[in-house]
Amino acid sequence: MTKFSDTERVTVPLLAIGPAPLALEPLVAAVTVESGDGRAGHDGAIVTFLGLVRNHNQGRRVQYLDYEAYPSLALKAFARISDEAYGRWPNVRIAVHHRTGRLEIGEASVAIAAASPHRGDAYAACRYVIERVKQIAPIWKREYFEGGDVWIEGATADPDDVRAREEAERVACA
Amino acid sequence: MRVTVRLFARLRDLAGAAEMSREIEPGGTIGAVWRDLAGEFPALADYERSISAALNADYARMDAEVHDGDEVAFLPPVSGG
Repeated sequence: MTKFSDTERVTVPLLAIGPAPLALEPLVAAVTVESGDGRAGHDGAIVTFLGLVRNHNQGRRVQYLDYEAYPSLALKAFARISDEAYGRWPNVRIAVHHRTGRLEIGEASVAIAAASPHRGDAYAACRYVIERVKQIAPIWKREYFEGGDVWIEGATADPDDVRAREEAERVACA
Repeated sequence: MRVTVRLFARLRDLAGAAEMSREIEPGGTIGAVWRDLAGEFPALADYERSISAALNADYARMDAEVHDGDEVAFLPPVSGG
């Protein structure tokens, strides 16, 4: 319940995509169970991941990236990925925020937080989520580098591809 | 019947539009929408085996049937993160 007063914290969504700059604190707050909730105090760990725009890629000097997304489907993809993680690690709680638009070197493109009673599950779930975001979320980056620009194309987005999912789980649990 | 077609990233660049309205035969599938589109924009044909699709903002298979007023989206290989 969002209340706009000085004393109430504005609720942060667990899943978000848009042009606003990213920070980890809101995601940490979003996965933290509030006092009064029956599950409050159960978590022993929150693992966070921040993906940054790098100044080099495949030998090219990157100047900036421009991210495009299909926002309504991206939110469904994040929900699907979170559900997969909840199925595999039942006590985790996941937040995923992805940014769109022009991002400069060093800026964050994606932020993830995973809370869990145990750190092992929190680390694994966090890693699983970023691997799956890269596999299936309808998001594309256009790389502007010294001498040109190019759309980066990675995986064919197939949420039902069992092998891709298994690969993400394997990486998460390595 | 008419459907709205949405294209993203390089597909959008190749077709020169992010969104377009197209006529499709009743009983047509997402695959039929794609084939018409690839006929209209031959540069898209290279993506035949690497695209995925969405129907009304949900992942969908190429053999899914489309209906009047549906939104069909074609997604080139993704690169989020």
